[in-house]
Amino acid sequence: MKNQVLIAAAAAAAIVTAPAITAPVAAESVKVGYMQGFAGGRGIFGRYGFEGFELALDHLGGKFGGMDVELTKKDTQHKPDVGRSVMNEFIKKERVNFVAGITWSNVLAAVWKQAARSKTYLISANAGWSGMAGKNCNPYYFQASWNNDMIPEAMGKLMKKEGIKDVFELSANYQAGKDMLSGFNRQYQAPTKGKILYKLGNNDWQAEISQIRATKPSAIFGFLPGGMGVSFMKQYKAAGLDKTVKLYTVYTVDYGTIRAHGTNAIGSYHTTFWNSDAKTATNQKFIKDYIKKYGKHPSMFSVQGYDAALLIDLGVKGSKGNLKDHKAITTAMRTADIKSPRGKFTYNVNHSPIQNYYKREVIADADGKPKIVVRGMVAEMAKDSHYKKCKMAW
Amino acid sequence: MLGTHGVLGMTLLLLIEQFLNGMQFGVFLFLISAGLTLVLGIMNVVNLAHGSLYMLGAYFASTFFGLTGSLIVSLVLMIPVMLLVGILIELVVLRTLYERDHMDQVLATFGLILFFNELVRIIWGVEAQPLTLPMWLSGNVEILPDAPYPVYRLVIIGVGMAVAAGLFWMITKTRMGMLIRAGASNRPMVGALGINIRFLYTMVFGLGAVFAGLAGLMAAPLQSVESGIGEDMLIFAFVVIVIGGIGSIRGALVASLIIGIFETVGRSILPVLMLEIVDSEAAQTAGPALASMLVYILMAVILFFKPQGLFPARTG
Amino acid sequence: MLSKLKLSILIGSFLILAALPMVAESEMIDEPFYIDLMARVMIFSIAAMSLDFILGYGAMISFGHALYLGLGTYAVGIMAHYELTNGWMQLLVCISGTAFIAFILGLISLRTSGIYFIMITFALAQMFYFLGISLEAFGGDDGLPIDTRSEFFSFFDLNETWNMYYLILGTLVVAALVLWKIINSRFGMVVRGSHSNDARMQAIGFPTFKYRLAAFVIAGVVCGLAGFLLGNLTEFLTPEYMHWFRSGELMIMVMVGGMGTLFGPLFGAFAYLMMEDFLANFTEYWQFYFGPILILLVLFAKQGLWGMLPGKEDISDE
Repeated sequence: MKNQVLIAAAAAAAIVTAPAITAPVAAESVKVGYMQGFAGGRGIFGRYGFEGFELALDHLGGKFGGMDVELTKKDTQHKPDVGRSVMNEFIKKERVNFVAGITWSNVLAAVWKQAARSKTYLISANAGWSGMAGKNCNPYYFQASWNNDMIPEAMGKLMKKEGIKDVFELSANYQAGKDMLSGFNRQYQAPTKGKILYKLGNNDWQAEISQIRATKPSAIFGFLPGGMGVSFMKQYKAAGLDKTVKLYTVYTVDYGTIRAHGTNAIGSYHTTFWNSDAKTATNQKFIKDYIKKYGKHPSMFSVQGYDAALLIDLGVKGSKGNLKDHKAITTAMRTADIKSPRGKFTYNVNHSPIQNYYKREVIADADGKPKIVVRGMVAEMAKDSHYKKCKMAW
Repeated sequence: MLGTHGVLGMTLLLLIEQFLNGMQFGVFLFLISAGLTLVLGIMNVVNLAHGSLYMLGAYFASTFFGLTGSLIVSLVLMIPVMLLVGILIELVVLRTLYERDHMDQVLATFGLILFFNELVRIIWGVEAQPLTLPMWLSGNVEILPDAPYPVYRLVIIGVGMAVAAGLFWMITKTRMGMLIRAGASNRPMVGALGINIRFLYTMVFGLGAVFAGLAGLMAAPLQSVESGIGEDMLIFAFVVIVIGGIGSIRGALVASLIIGIFETVGRSILPVLMLEIVDSEAAQTAGPALASMLVYILMAVILFFKPQGLFPARTG
Repeated sequence: MLSKLKLSILIGSFLILAALPMVAESEMIDEPFYIDLMARVMIFSIAAMSLDFILGYGAMISFGHALYLGLGTYAVGIMAHYELTNGWMQLLVCISGTAFIAFILGLISLRTSGIYFIMITFALAQMFYFLGISLEAFGGDDGLPIDTRSEFFSFFDLNETWNMYYLILGTLVVAALVLWKIINSRFGMVVRGSHSNDARMQAIGFPTFKYRLAAFVIAGVVCGLAGFLLGNLTEFLTPEYMHWFRSGELMIMVMVGGMGTLFGPLFGAFAYLMMEDFLANFTEYWQFYFGPILILLVLFAKQGLWGMLPGKEDISDE
């Protein structure tokens, strides 16, 4: 009796330990942390970003650089201190090699230092805080999106090129809003009709519309993110301002919001880094597979998430399996040699993308529904304006 | 220096227009506040979820409009649905809070906000919902020379005024209004008269929900229909009610107009004014900054001098 | 007096907290992550405790208490921005600054009561939130990284995880003891008395307004200290800390821990933050579940975690 128990126990032990003994020593896996705000109305950016990231992982067969992936996803609740806590958990508990995600500049500003200190790679799939392009640039931070002011810079360039005079500036009275205006003016370089800095969360625009109309501009340059953009567009149309004043926006119209904008957005222009109409195989496959997987058209945020994953893949490939070889990883990632839906881009000294920007217009399709179409390139391989402040050695 | 602020220098005509805009915004605020002040004043319940009801109204508007293509049919469909939602909330949550202190009410209804904000995302998805102004309402009329005014905004003024008139009539002339007034000032007494206070409260809350939903429906063609839109409106509504005096319909109407005009005229004048006084980069931001705090400053000042609001409706 | 059970739980928790860094960094456990995690929890414990001091004892339902948390971080952040990194000086500015602002706001808001008080504290905090967003020099809504942590002694570098941790733990203990002492003093009795019957207290001759104002200021200062620590820990300041949602969260922490039990909120903060973390990783729609949980807690577990423990009265008149 006693023997039988012993034998059974030994057999059980053998079964449990067997795989560990017989299987070849498993290659180390890549640990990746994904953090973004997912909750609430503002969670839409996180949603699109992570979907893009997931799709890339699918396309890579679930592996980064041929290594197995251990992915942990955490919600930052859009809060800087929670972001810090999550980053801390990624670094000290999960011991990740890469962190990707982050929607907001303020969360990025709160977490980048931890990542840099612990030599953990951080890839922003959205937040484009100018601080990272300037004095805080470091070998462990990569920008998969843009810098806040690059899209408005492209807009400034566009409106200058098209000779649009008498522009009215409409932006938010907070940091990003002011960055947008300075980015725009850096390229536009002409006097404007006037400007309004509206308050965060504003949603009744009639006062602004009256004021804009009184100055008789020919066009509006507007930074109107999220719901504020939707409500502005509705009221701009209702007030009949669209008949006399053209609308040029940044961070307002995209595939995630176009349905909500509806016909109001028709006739407006915006700039972005993604040529969504590009006929390249990469872009077409990205859009097709995204629609297949998620049942909706990808947005620019999806592209950013997608590329963040590809960048990790690139870094891991470069390390040849030795994830401690930071030099090799950084060097590989700096080539930006990935198959991005946006096409080819390169990295500037500060790890900000040097990339193309495009003009897009919203038109009515055959059914009268809004449709985004690309109207050519505005800026070719544009650099951000902060990189000279970055003293990173390559 | 960016731009030339001289161009923005207010003409008298623009100032009048801004007053009009302010009044219109005020009427809209009244639409949102009316239901809340009813519930707060009569039932003495702090209902943070009023903003969520507003949000639900906007979502239902979007869905019904998408199905029927008519704003009026959507309105007709929305009323019973919101009444039902209101009654359900009252039966399940609010009813248990009457005897609790304000702290409990704040927390429980805060819980409702979180719940509804996610519920709409689960049901309708994370993207903002579509609803564009129907053709027949999208015209403009020239009230002031050179300043076409959206017809739809005039419709909002009309609806707001109708709601105000209807409420006054209900409170002062109908049996239900009489009971409501009596119930607010002496609850056990009305109960002793054999009136079913519980039922009365349920109906009042349902009515409040319908008003919130109506405000949401009216706002939907001009606002973004997305999760969380109720909160900004809730804040305004609370400011209105507290300034007006809790429970006072008249107070809510007056306070709505004050806030609407103050907010609208203030934010268009202040930045210009600041630049007239000191022309500097600092003034460029100080103006809008001050404008965004204006409403709260006004509220603090009024409560400092009149701790019970402008029209204290109930004592104690 | 505290019941024996409660006292032993308090002492036990304190010992666990005191030993945590050593255990977490030991070779066997090797999870230094928990040090930072608990540091954050303790900061919110201090903030929640300070809110409970006026909310639970004085029935002052402040819906804008997170304001002081934000003010504390701004005190550190703004001074560090101008390279004034002396910790003592920062502390002095933080305390006097929050005291001054709490005094002014208290003067305004304590004239009101009931719903009016809730709303005015709320409005005043929102006012500062918008002010913070507009302060371009300090990062506006982007916030501002704090490059250097407060410097107290040359041998006590806050960049060392342990030092930071024990500074927070020390502040927590001192704040808890001081508030406990105040609550049980004559001053505390008046504040508590004005809670149950303000008119009577005034009739006996207590100028309750002054007492309540003093309590309001004390709570503001203690919460400001929590902000001071938060700024140092996160090396970051942002107006977001002052947003009304944060004030709501502080109220939840107080309620979960047990209103009117000074030590309850310490556990309430822990429970809330853990619950948030747990649910958020379980589903993106975590608030969908948390909302009803909160309602159930309010309805059926009003006494909070601390209040559920046996031992009736928390406050003795010694």
